[in-house]
Amino acid sequence: MSNIFIWGRKNLYPTTGQGIISIAIVSLVGLVLWNFLPWSIFNAVWVADNSDVCRQAGGACWAFIWEKLYFILFGFYPAEERWRAWLVLALFLGGILYSGRSKSWTLSLIVVWLGLVVSMMLLLNGTLLGLPTVETSYWGGLVLTIILAMTGIIFSYPFGVLLALGRANQRLPVIRGICVSIIEIIRGVPFISLLFMASLMLPLFLPSGFVIPKLVRAIVAVIIFSGCYLAETVRGGLAAVSRGQYEAAQSLGLSYWKTMGLVILPQALSKVIQPTVGSFISLFIDTTLVVIISMYDLLGAARAAASDSAWLGFAREAYVFLALIYFAFCYTLSKYSRRLEKDILTKKVH
Amino acid sequence: MKKYISILLSFSILIVSGVLSADTLDTVKSRGKVRCGVNTALAGFSAPDSQGKWVGIDVDVCRAVATAIFNDPKKVEFVALSAQQRFTALQSGEIDLLSRNTTLTLQREVGLGLLFADVIYYDGQGFLVTKKSGIKSAKQLNRRTVCVQPGTTTELNLADFARNNKINLKPVVIEKFSDSVNAYIAGRCDAYTTDASGLAAIRTTVKDPDAHIILPEIISKEPLAPAVRQGDDKWYNIVNWTIRALVTAEELGIDSANVARIARSSNITQNAKRLLDSELAGQIGLTRSFAYNVISKIGNYGEIFEKNIGVNSPLKLERGLNNLWTNGGLQYAPPFR
Repeated sequence: MSNIFIWGRKNLYPTTGQGIISIAIVSLVGLVLWNFLPWSIFNAVWVADNSDVCRQAGGACWAFIWEKLYFILFGFYPAEERWRAWLVLALFLGGILYSGRSKSWTLSLIVVWLGLVVSMMLLLNGTLLGLPTVETSYWGGLVLTIILAMTGIIFSYPFGVLLALGRANQRLPVIRGICVSIIEIIRGVPFISLLFMASLMLPLFLPSGFVIPKLVRAIVAVIIFSGCYLAETVRGGLAAVSRGQYEAAQSLGLSYWKTMGLVILPQALSKVIQPTVGSFISLFIDTTLVVIISMYDLLGAARAAASDSAWLGFAREAYVFLALIYFAFCYTLSKYSRRLEKDILTKKVH
Repeated sequence: MKKYISILLSFSILIVSGVLSADTLDTVKSRGKVRCGVNTALAGFSAPDSQGKWVGIDVDVCRAVATAIFNDPKKVEFVALSAQQRFTALQSGEIDLLSRNTTLTLQREVGLGLLFADVIYYDGQGFLVTKKSGIKSAKQLNRRTVCVQPGTTTELNLADFARNNKINLKPVVIEKFSDSVNAYIAGRCDAYTTDASGLAAIRTTVKDPDAHIILPEIISKEPLAPAVRQGDDKWYNIVNWTIRALVTAEELGIDSANVARIARSSNITQNAKRLLDSELAGQIGLTRSFAYNVISKIGNYGEIFEKNIGVNSPLKLERGLNNLWTNGGLQYAPPFR
């Protein structure tokens, strides 16, 4: 008891000023919990056959999430083929666990993830594996969000690095100019307008009836958008590498690509791990914007679930559930980046 | 920004609409399914159930058209569309049919090059308020906040209503239906405005339905109808006469349960015979039994209405204007002869 008191005294009330701040924060948290807990736990309905039970209770209706779980996870993916979607989630989890070992942090990790995302897509589509074809318009829920985010991250990174190299290159003014204009134009428009262009304008310029799947349009928009932001991050890293490194590489007679690949980029990229992962996190969150082009990603599926006439009025539960999922993903990502950074810095400080 | 986008869009639509002239029925048949544009999620009209199967009155219209062509309600590909996407999707040929709670207006027919089929649901815009607020009429909404969804005729009607009655309303614009409703329930707005069908739907979802009232004023006409592109009259006829078959069947007392017996019966009325065994259907590319197929597999208009939005469904909507003309409503189909 006295231990707690001493701890509290030391950490919460070291001076009067800080003590007042502590009291304000603690009472604010208490107030939120005081209102949130009765709704979310004490009065909540965990199991129910229909929505009437929930409406009577007045608390949160977690039975709704349970009822809609498959739709939130997989969207319109056909029930009899759902094992493929489960397998995709398992592959994803496997990839995360594999990347978690510090031994796996080499260039081959990119190849592993590329292989993973390709096999996930093959598995979901199924045609090449001899399974019944499931078109991309039926992919949805968490699976769609993962596919969008993974392809976005894997392809936008090299795209961003190339753009940054192009922009930093003093000797090829044309390429430099192209890269600068791509970066500046894309960074000058909001992501939503890119998506709108991809989903509304593009079909009008294509021959009638010729349809590029929405998923492809969205992925391309994500890659271009995120790539341009990454390019600026990487440029920061390139600028932070000292002039001497370039000159040393040149005096050894290394070619441009060898200079970049062996000397400059490894230093530049490891300097900007935190902002890079920041970009990835915002890419992951930005994928929810595909809702506006009527794709059923995690957010879209949850919203659609809340519009089923048999289960109307539980949007709040859906959002709380989503918040937990998104938090879990983003927290894992940022935690991972911190470990990665620590490891690389301790290993490679020159 | 929004204005800019819509101007840009209508220009590009004009450019493209000249190009599209392919026979829609041929395209649909060679593809093997109807591409039908529906709402991403609107309870009772089109929304996925827990198994991911589409349900709703708009969805059933798509299925009826598919059944008329292929005798198979499953031969539909549903394309979910936002309010902004819906017309482009139709104009660009991404979908064959737009069945997405869309109000028939002059501007949409002449400005966007669309053709609307017969009205599926006669709606009208109203207001929902809490009993506590003491508001009894929409004219008392002066200086009150009203939650409304953007990009719809609803928003325009609200502005017109305020101007006509010299009321100073404060609209609170929220994009998504459920978010908008939650804002009203949480007390951020004094009133919520949308079509009366939507208001009734909201009232069924709140904890205490009797604490909310729908104000008596209906401030607009919202005839919701499916739409096709201009320039393909045969396809327009197919969609239109499929809908008329649904209404005619109800009028003749033919439903999914008794249609087989009536078709086989020896004392079938001439009207029923003309509907179920149509000699003229071949001229629009359908089989003689298209109406029979639709009614046996989907049901008649009344069945579709009751199942999705009627008094026994969660939405609990009265037939009202959507009753048959013989019962005091507006649903009236021309004769099958």
